[in-house]
Amino acid sequence: MKAAHPVIKSLALGTMGFLYLPLFGVAVYSVNKAEKGLLWKGFTLDWYLQLFSNEWILSTALNTLALAVVSTLIATVLGTLVAIGINRFPWSKKANSMLDIMLHIPVVTPDIIMAGALVVAFGLLRVLSNVFEPGMFDMIIAHITFQIAFVALVVRSRLMSIGHDVEEAARDLFATNWYVLRRVMIPLMLPGVVAGAMLAFTLSLDDFVLSFFTAGPDSQTLPLYIYAAVRKGVTPEIHALSTLVVLITVVLVVGAERMSRKKEAC
Amino acid sequence: MMKRNKDKNLSVHNVVKTFGSVNVLKEVNQEVRAGEFFTLLGPSGCGKTTLLRIIAGLETPTTGKVVLGDEDITPLPAAKRHVNMVFQSYALFPHLTIYENVAFGLRSRKIDPAEITRRVEDGLEMLRLGAMKDRLPHQLSGGQRQRVALARALVNEPDILLLDEPMSALDAKLRAQVQEELRRLQRKLGTTFIMVTHDQDEALVCSDRIAVMSDGSIIQCGTPEEVYDYPRNRFVAEFLGAANLMKAKAYNGGVSTELGTLHMNKPPDWTEGLVAIRPEWVKIRDSRPEQNGVLATVEDIVYRGNHFDLMLSPGGLRVRTNSYKHFKAGDQVWLELSAGDLVALEN
Amino acid sequence: MPNRLFIWRGELTTRGSLTKRGLSFLSSGMLWLALFLIVPTLVFMALSFADRGEYGEIIWKFTVENYQRLMGYSVFGWTPDYLYILWRSVVVAGLTTLISVLLSYPLSFFIASRPPRSRYLWLTLVIVPFWTNMVIRAYAWFLILAPELPFAKVAAFLGLVPSGSALYPSPIAVYLGMVSMFLPFVTLPLYSSVERLDWSLVEAAQDLYSSRTRVFFKAILPQTLPGLSVGVVLTFVPAMGTFIVPDLLGGAKYMLVGNLIQQQFGASRDWPFGAAVSMALMILTMISLQLYRRRGEEIELL
Repeated sequence: MKAAHPVIKSLALGTMGFLYLPLFGVAVYSVNKAEKGLLWKGFTLDWYLQLFSNEWILSTALNTLALAVVSTLIATVLGTLVAIGINRFPWSKKANSMLDIMLHIPVVTPDIIMAGALVVAFGLLRVLSNVFEPGMFDMIIAHITFQIAFVALVVRSRLMSIGHDVEEAARDLFATNWYVLRRVMIPLMLPGVVAGAMLAFTLSLDDFVLSFFTAGPDSQTLPLYIYAAVRKGVTPEIHALSTLVVLITVVLVVGAERMSRKKEAC
Repeated sequence: MMKRNKDKNLSVHNVVKTFGSVNVLKEVNQEVRAGEFFTLLGPSGCGKTTLLRIIAGLETPTTGKVVLGDEDITPLPAAKRHVNMVFQSYALFPHLTIYENVAFGLRSRKIDPAEITRRVEDGLEMLRLGAMKDRLPHQLSGGQRQRVALARALVNEPDILLLDEPMSALDAKLRAQVQEELRRLQRKLGTTFIMVTHDQDEALVCSDRIAVMSDGSIIQCGTPEEVYDYPRNRFVAEFLGAANLMKAKAYNGGVSTELGTLHMNKPPDWTEGLVAIRPEWVKIRDSRPEQNGVLATVEDIVYRGNHFDLMLSPGGLRVRTNSYKHFKAGDQVWLELSAGDLVALEN
Repeated sequence: MPNRLFIWRGELTTRGSLTKRGLSFLSSGMLWLALFLIVPTLVFMALSFADRGEYGEIIWKFTVENYQRLMGYSVFGWTPDYLYILWRSVVVAGLTTLISVLLSYPLSFFIASRPPRSRYLWLTLVIVPFWTNMVIRAYAWFLILAPELPFAKVAAFLGLVPSGSALYPSPIAVYLGMVSMFLPFVTLPLYSSVERLDWSLVEAAQDLYSSRTRVFFKAILPQTLPGLSVGVVLTFVPAMGTFIVPDLLGGAKYMLVGNLIQQQFGASRDWPFGAAVSMALMILTMISLQLYRRRGEEIELL
């Protein structure tokens, strides 16, 4: 394609700058010696070191991770099964579009509505059993609920691109049900399942709204911690924490992109 | 007693296939002889691919049966039939190497590894794929992928090899080459090949016999010459190439047309109908021929490299010739429509 | 219909056994969604018609009071406060989407004009903020809009804010936050359409029309419509429901629907009213989705 007009180029670069300016600001001030205010007082990594000795932050980080791992595992299994169920079987047009709508609901609904509905549901279920008190259990359930849809959509998309010719070819070549599954379907599906899992994982790590509504006193996650902290006032420590979170996100996202690109070759 | 693979005839009896309210195959009856290259030819939607899939075991007929040798294979799914297919999209396993792709049908039956190696190596060799055996499908060209699909099917030594529009994804030049290769391959192996295509050139080049299909039925079945030179009706005549069609009335052991009275070796059994003659069979004469002569005016000349197409009037006649005489529009020529080359079409 | 044998994807089976197998795959996931998504939403809908007791508990008695309140009718006469919040949410979401679209086009063209290798790099640069935590991206503006930095100083100079104070909380800060938050949501789908643009059509249009805008509307816009539609829906709907950005950057006075709902589940402890407001938001969401379905083709969201 031809080169871009200079006006377009400057608009584009300006937009990129606009996107990154705030994050850049946070990163810069995370290494600023000054405890308050915005005057530059010298470079330091003290704030980062302080993070690692902050017990509360460490346990919050652990919570966030545990929540993400558990919910991702369960959601990936459930989501993959759903995707197979939708794509690999002959449902009527009506059934297919109903299933499709059900899968898209969590994706398009504003998460605050989902959060509200879950708060109410848990509130009512609490009457039946104590386990539904706000806390980790509720959060895991909330996360899984929206992750399933994302995983299912990603895996379904992968299944669609696999097509059914290869399945018929495998059977034409004398394969039994199990052989087709083991030698053809599972290897071909796997990149999609992994991509779905990574998507779910990142969504869980990042989630604020659902966690906010379902968290209990002992089950803080990093986004919630940061939110509570900045309402009181920004500190360099928070900047350090945020910069770390962003860096980890970058690593995860780039890693996931790399992996999906490699497997795309298949 | 076990018959050799190569001796089994295939026959379909009264096969009907409906998809919902659509009747795709209407009481098809046909026999395919062992060792022949048989082609199902027809336009899209005529049911040829459905029939192929029914033979493969990928589709069940609504009614009717499929018999291979002396065994009724109708109730058997594809995995239990000793028939293999080359798919239109080739359907190669994208995550397996060429070697593993070709070995698939052998491994799935748990054939002895030494035997697998031998057969796969032979198959790769026969289709000139030796150098690619460790590559992945996406690294190969279209033509190479087609050969892999062929090898993958043939290593299983099937009773019948089915091919679904095998050349539709190839470019024109490659297609011509592959057509001839396919024919040679079939001759060499002696395996029955059943091919589905909408391309009449392909059918004419490769086949021992062609079945022309339209709208769920086989209209005519015969050798390429029979089907081309003596088409049964208008559909077959027009589908297999250009044809000169003339309205005619039966007359005196021949026909009477707007071009005059024409004698025919095989006169029609109708009173009114169509008569056809291929453009290549219309001969150009220096003077009025003894029989079946027509004086025509050249309307247009189309140069096609190794021959000319002349469009003449009256009758909108089309003549194909590689005569070195130079024609120009307005010339008058004598044409001979030989009595032996005219065909009466069924109504 | 008799349970006949038929062949599905090469396997000989019956309709009945396929249905059974298919349902077994679907059941666990769908059951979960039914239990923790569908049912709660239905209960939530029902809740919007319930009453609130003195101490914040729910009284299951049918009433339309919540909706009346939403519409502005209460014992104190008619106030359009809540309707205004709904309206403001639509406007903010709409403007955010519009500005994001206006910025996304040049950005997409720019990336598409890069050599293939660096395109990937630029896209990653757009994707990274997309995946970064919303809270971080929102509060990061605190720094940029702080009184010490030039932006706030310029605004003070122009008289927009009192001298010495930060540029937040304010509507401007909210818009800045919203656009920076949602820009990638538009850019990514739009880019995939822009990448596939047939430039020969654009060149033909340039021959036909002298004005740049006409070329855009006749040749570029129609071709990019699929990606644009996806981007608009993915931005407008969530934007209406955000509450972090207005909460952190807008302050208590600049409420959007999201803040209103959150308040009912927090300080105000009025779940039925919260449910009613959520339903209103749900209806707005449905309307936007319907408009999208009418306009755009069936695009894969993921």
